[in-house]
Amino acid sequence: MSLIELKNLSVAYGSNVVLRNVSLAISQGEILTIVGPNGSGKTTLFRALIGSVNPASGRITRKSDLNIGYVPQRLHIGTTLPITVERFLRIQRNSSWQSCVQALEKAGIRELAQKQVSDLSGGQFQRVMLASALLTQPNLLLLDEATQGLDQPGSADFYRQIEKVRKETNCAVVMISHELHVVMSASDRVICLNGHICCQGTPEIVTSDPEYRALFGTGTGGQLALYRHHHDHVHDENCDHDHSKISEQ
Amino acid sequence: MSLLDDFMVRAILAGIGVAIAAAPLGSFVVWRRMVYFGDATAHASILGVALSLALELSVFLGVVMVALAMAMAVTLLSRREYAIEILLGVLSYSALAFGLVAVSFISGVRIDLMAYLFGDILAVSQADLAVIWLGALAVVGLIAYRWKALLISTLSEELAHANKIDPKREQLILTLTLAITVALAIKVVGALLIAAMLIIPAAAARPISRTPEMMAVLAAVIGASSALIGLCLAYVIDTPAGPSIVCVAAFSFAATNLVSLASKR
Repeated sequence: MSLIELKNLSVAYGSNVVLRNVSLAISQGEILTIVGPNGSGKTTLFRALIGSVNPASGRITRKSDLNIGYVPQRLHIGTTLPITVERFLRIQRNSSWQSCVQALEKAGIRELAQKQVSDLSGGQFQRVMLASALLTQPNLLLLDEATQGLDQPGSADFYRQIEKVRKETNCAVVMISHELHVVMSASDRVICLNGHICCQGTPEIVTSDPEYRALFGTGTGGQLALYRHHHDHVHDENCDHDHSKISEQ
Repeated sequence: MSLLDDFMVRAILAGIGVAIAAAPLGSFVVWRRMVYFGDATAHASILGVALSLALELSVFLGVVMVALAMAMAVTLLSRREYAIEILLGVLSYSALAFGLVAVSFISGVRIDLMAYLFGDILAVSQADLAVIWLGALAVVGLIAYRWKALLISTLSEELAHANKIDPKREQLILTLTLAITVALAIKVVGALLIAAMLIIPAAAARPISRTPEMMAVLAAVIGASSALIGLCLAYVIDTPAGPSIVCVAAFSFAATNLVSLASKR
């Protein structure tokens, strides 16, 4: 059985229909990347998965032991508040020292426990947020543009860690990306969303290609891959978006 | 109570009381970048003084009420996405100007006005002292009671929502304690320098603190010693008491920041 399944889901804010007829099933241990332009309903889809927004129509089925860990878009934490990483993790859920260390280890930042949050780099801070999401030992990990603001080697590092987490805990991973063409190479599936599911497929792994090297530079270690969109459908006149734009970007 | 009969002892105790109330609140003002917010509320207190004198109310009550109204107004307005620092500047200085004009209508308080603008810590009575310490305990107690929720909503509103904490409610706690602290501090450092007592000790504690609690406690220590040293200086070299306290705090700010800069090299 899938961890979570959406059937013909539509979501609207007032008269503005954000998601139309989205059907999607996520199973244990898979990595799913959702790409799409701004305003394509990616975040709304997350909200529907979490259950914080009610569908206008359609059905959401959740497995009884579904436990979601959520890594939000980059938070801005002021540097004027002195707080250690350990305290930052433990203050929220009253977690034990033990589970805090475990989560830090899974996120690959055990050594940062006593560091000040204000001294962390962007990539380190995202791993702290990952550790925070892992505290409850989720079987579904949602990442909302978690690599935004990181450079490509930074994103690659983060993806490598996510892949490790998946291997160790066999949790499913769903991540939203604003990058339309560059995705995590370990993704089992890529879904292109633009109000509805435009296309889906697998990422193309082209690490040996010299053009790829030129594109990503060295240091990304094959963590990034290209996703070629293949929009095979045409819309009626009511549809307000243009697929050719996505392919050209 | 012969010891409390001495004006110097009362002044020192008043200064320490205000420093203790201002420390945890000032830390939140620094963490949440609410400096202007403190300024606007403090300036509005002059309007509170005018009101209390006109209505023959207790100055403490009048100032708490006006400061609370101002702090609430600023909180409500800051939820909209205006250019908030401009709005706060306008509110802050017009509250001060209206307060000064209002005071001028009340005869016989022209001399008192200086005391409310710059403080009159050497004239603190035993009753004032009781109000200051009771108020300081209330402020510290309220902040300690909501400490964790306040910290989480200061870290990030998103985190607060995820932890089922209402950041608006926590903001209200800070608004209330700010109004009380302003009313306590007006006699000690005066309306113009209240915000300094909030910000400077907390900012001085920041570079030498590793935890939020440590910062609040160190801010209290720095504030209290500034009060003590400032008052002694004022006594010895005959300088105005409130500004002397703030000057000492400013030196400690420079000192801790230089020490932390030097140790990072």
